[in-house]
Amino acid sequence: MIPATFNYFRPHSIEEALLLLRQGEAAKILAGGQSLIPMMKFRVVEPKTLIDLQGVPELAHVMWAGGHCTVGALTTHASLAADADVRRKAGVLWDAANALGDPQVRNLGTIGGACSHADPSADYPAVMLALDACFIVAGEKTREVAAADFFKGTFETALGESEILTKITFDAAAHSAYVKLEHPASHYALVGVAAVLVMSRDTIEDARIAIGGLADAPFRAGGVERRLRGIKGNDGAAIKAACTGAVTGQDVRSDVEASAAYRTAMADVIAARAVGAATRPR
Amino acid sequence: MGRIELEVNGTRHELEGVEPRLLLVHFLRERLALTGTHIGCDTSSCGACTVLLDGKAVKSCTMFALQADGRAVTTIEGIGSSAELHPMQEAFWAQHGLQCGYCTTGMILSAIDLLRRNPDPDEVEIRTGLEGNLCRCTGYENIVKAVRAAAAAMAAAQPVREAGEPPKSPGELLEVGGSR
Repeated sequence: MIPATFNYFRPHSIEEALLLLRQGEAAKILAGGQSLIPMMKFRVVEPKTLIDLQGVPELAHVMWAGGHCTVGALTTHASLAADADVRRKAGVLWDAANALGDPQVRNLGTIGGACSHADPSADYPAVMLALDACFIVAGEKTREVAAADFFKGTFETALGESEILTKITFDAAAHSAYVKLEHPASHYALVGVAAVLVMSRDTIEDARIAIGGLADAPFRAGGVERRLRGIKGNDGAAIKAACTGAVTGQDVRSDVEASAAYRTAMADVIAARAVGAATRPR
Repeated sequence: MGRIELEVNGTRHELEGVEPRLLLVHFLRERLALTGTHIGCDTSSCGACTVLLDGKAVKSCTMFALQADGRAVTTIEGIGSSAELHPMQEAFWAQHGLQCGYCTTGMILSAIDLLRRNPDPDEVEIRTGLEGNLCRCTGYENIVKAVRAAAAAMAAAQPVREAGEPPKSPGELLEVGGSR
């Protein structure tokens, strides 16, 4: 399959990339290309201008300052998946980086590209919501967008046409995990649950539970979060009860991969597993 | 049209007139006549087109040739020769890790990347480590055996370091600490 023709640019700074994005006809940003290139081959998208960010290497980094983390948008899934600090301090992100796609896709694909693409079956959107992450967006002005406002719907984000996601920041989440039920062929999530817990000794003080894969955009499971408060981390039965009805009130998708009823039933099971995993030290 | 300068199997190539939409796999097969890299699904699923980009396994059907500008690509033609096979090729041969052979070149390059990250994988780690490569003959049992055998052969071939002796080079450190 051959994509439609386009002009290729490799800028050396974000400023240069933004200029090309504003001036180029039907311009698209190319990061790892692991979603964009297949879509171009199917001619689902036909950019006339392709702006490859690999000439801006300062976008690929993971930096910790105290309990705060900044991840550059060009950081690959593979480098997150091999990062011992990410595993220890943000297990939820480490889990997703390891579970996503396959090794070859992880070697090229980037966190910024995956978040900007906003596939409803992707793993990172729920993780970002549970981490309460902040998206740093470059454009006419640099602005910050909270994860809760970033993911708008299927392949839809808060990014404007002439904006580029450059960094993602979040606070450390020692008690956190991501668990998904994946489609065996595509590796995409039928349902994926990201859990970030605040633990006081062995008791769950507070929780942020985000669910992806089954609606247009990830969402927080407020009922589950409320019911988890005060539960002992090793009380599997209580966690299971708290996670029952995890997706109540949501518009759950039915498609060729799974019915809405199946996704709904599995969401409770996967949520309980994610919470259980988050209670244990990494 | 673009200009590309890259290293393929240790040889530098400078080519003009590379169409931006030319995929790396077509560049390798049609411009450089390296047909050991196969096209299977052409949709980023099967891994038949796997090559190493700066030592890491990637699917060359899901990358434009221009993205490889300034990088080093290794294909199946670059890892060994008929006279001297790479230990992974040797192991696939000895363990009968192939049936029709179509997936084999991609499978071998993915397995080499797997051992770079994890020099001593168990069966589960091999199966998950190769989940980006499909074998439609379903010859997975012997593929797993081949990777185990190659890991043992490559470990045995490593020079043994005296206790307390520092590693000889940063590269060696990376090799040892590469598993996750």
